[in-house]
Amino acid sequence: MKDWRQRRGVLLAGGILIAISLALLPFALAQVGTSWVRITNYAILYVLLALGLNIVVGFAGLLDLGYIAFYAVGAYTYALLASPHFNLHLPFWIILPIGAAIAAFFGLLLGAPTLKLRGDYLAIVTLGFGEIVRIFLNNLSRPVNITNGPQGIARIDPFHIDGVNFAQPETIAGLQFSGPIKYYYLLVLVMLAVIVVNLRLQNSRIGRAWEAIREDEIAARAMGIDTRNMKLLAFAMGASFGGIAGGIFSAIQAFISPESFVLVESIMVVSMVVLGGMGNVGGVILGAILLSFTPELLRWTVDPAQQALFGRSLIEPEVIRMLLFGLALVLIMLFRPAGLLPSAVRKRELTGHA
Amino acid sequence: MDTFLQQVINGLTAGSVYAVVALGYTMVYGIIQLINFAHGEVVMIGAMVAFTVINALAPTGLPPLVIVLAGTACAIPICMLVGYGMERLAYRPLRQAPRLAPLITAIGVSIILQHVALLVWSRNILAFPQIIPSHSYVIGGAAITTVQIAILAICFGMMAALAILVYRTPLGTAMRATAQNPQVAGLMGVDVNRVIAATFIIGAALGAVAGVLFGTYYGIAQYTMGSVLGLKAFSAAVLGGIGNIPGAMLGGVLLGIVEALGAGYIGDLTNLCAYETLAERISDCQGGGNFVLFGSNYQDVFAFIVLILVLVFRPSGLLGERVGERA
Repeated sequence: MKDWRQRRGVLLAGGILIAISLALLPFALAQVGTSWVRITNYAILYVLLALGLNIVVGFAGLLDLGYIAFYAVGAYTYALLASPHFNLHLPFWIILPIGAAIAAFFGLLLGAPTLKLRGDYLAIVTLGFGEIVRIFLNNLSRPVNITNGPQGIARIDPFHIDGVNFAQPETIAGLQFSGPIKYYYLLVLVMLAVIVVNLRLQNSRIGRAWEAIREDEIAARAMGIDTRNMKLLAFAMGASFGGIAGGIFSAIQAFISPESFVLVESIMVVSMVVLGGMGNVGGVILGAILLSFTPELLRWTVDPAQQALFGRSLIEPEVIRMLLFGLALVLIMLFRPAGLLPSAVRKRELTGHA
Repeated sequence: MDTFLQQVINGLTAGSVYAVVALGYTMVYGIIQLINFAHGEVVMIGAMVAFTVINALAPTGLPPLVIVLAGTACAIPICMLVGYGMERLAYRPLRQAPRLAPLITAIGVSIILQHVALLVWSRNILAFPQIIPSHSYVIGGAAITTVQIAILAICFGMMAALAILVYRTPLGTAMRATAQNPQVAGLMGVDVNRVIAATFIIGAALGAVAGVLFGTYYGIAQYTMGSVLGLKAFSAAVLGGIGNIPGAMLGGVLLGIVEALGAGYIGDLTNLCAYETLAERISDCQGGGNFVLFGSNYQDVFAFIVLILVLVFRPSGLLGERVGERA
């Protein structure tokens, strides 16, 4: 009992500490440079995507290599309903649920025909699905202009609530709240909500059903789990998270084009999930933050290092950045094959007790 | 009829190259159940090396055939080395690891190879010197060029050679045994590590030749060409049933033909003005206009739609039997 109380105290203190640091972080970053707030925002978007994909890959064990398609669906839903393109300007709290619902529908669309597929067959079909969505976005500008093709959609509305516009800077109580900082707080709130949903799902009836399907689908069915509905649910739920993230992305960027939703992005999100430790919410968050910050950190360090060593840039910084990034993927996997923070299930398997 | 035959010939040529690349995927998958995402980059490196050699030898006035053969002869060992290197460094240490770990290293290797190629050969699209004189022969209203004939002959020749290697030689027997059960194969005296390395090397050699063929056929090479080609070839391997060698050949050829026919006909089929009842209602159709729903820019969609349809009805591919247990 005492132990439990102590633990609760520690958890509470830790929670407060994290809350304070999350609240202060953007101001600290803004001191270094506004671009870092923006980079952090994109990192949080990747966290949202990775957590959404974690439901499909980590919990239910369905390898999805076309996850970025749902992000695209969410982003385009927002862009079409809140931009001069169709001259629609709906408020975001209406569009985001619509985007999530449409993305979930696309998730079902992908899930339904692929229920019988397993492992790598599923991987290639999801990959193909992602490409199909991208090709359609690229070409649905003729004969009727829906997506504006490769040019993309510009001048997308930012979020606004009651006259508070998220794109405008504002001073509240002497503090300068720039646009990116406002989005940062919104993103943190969404992220916390998604984390809570993820954690609650993991130990729910549904989460355990997914775990059973992941470990052995036939045994799961024998135990009375409706594997068909559970798999569809995983696809739909993962997709809806992607859709929400896409909507926010659209509003932050104010411009989207099919370029943002290429296969490499899907692969990036899968890498985040696997590298962090699939199925483990903390690991997935770590993976997403690490992989989205590493290229940026390299961007800031590689070129100065080259200048200092050789007096000039020998190799394009972008190229070195990608080389080091590829190398990091290989090395991390070689030394931590189960991910940086392996999931509890895998630990349980290794130690042999619950 | 002419367009049909022409598209079949074009599709067959592209498809046979897909098939050779697909063999690289399927052999590796069959033996260690790994999607070698970096295989497309091996093909790219083959094309790039051949480009350098051909470009350097073109002004010497040697016979074109000798130049292309020299290019291929340089590309093959380099690709073999790349294939062996990545198996040794990135995949072998992870053989007992969770299934998705080598997938991530494969992605890492692919990024590394792409950017090394960028460093060596720049970002530009490289144009192969046009040294091979191309004659066209007309068969039944469709044209086939000497290059196409050569590509078909080389691809089918290599497929036949591979089939003999896998089904008629001791190494092939060892490969099939390892694919069935590596532990037991090891107990029977098969050096499993050597067999797996050999598989990677053979796949890379096939990839190198495919890269040269692809480069000379389309006349261009770029450091990003591996990903698209790899994607198509991987789809072809899955279409035929991944891990299955005849399946990869069938899948590649089929995919090439479907793609070519799709690109050739979709524009006409979805031109709503061609249907009288609709044409009256669409203003664009007045005066011989067109209202094309899907143009040939949807070419890439075909490969994937066919893939999905086939897998819906045959979840383990056209010729595949074994199904992986989980992701």
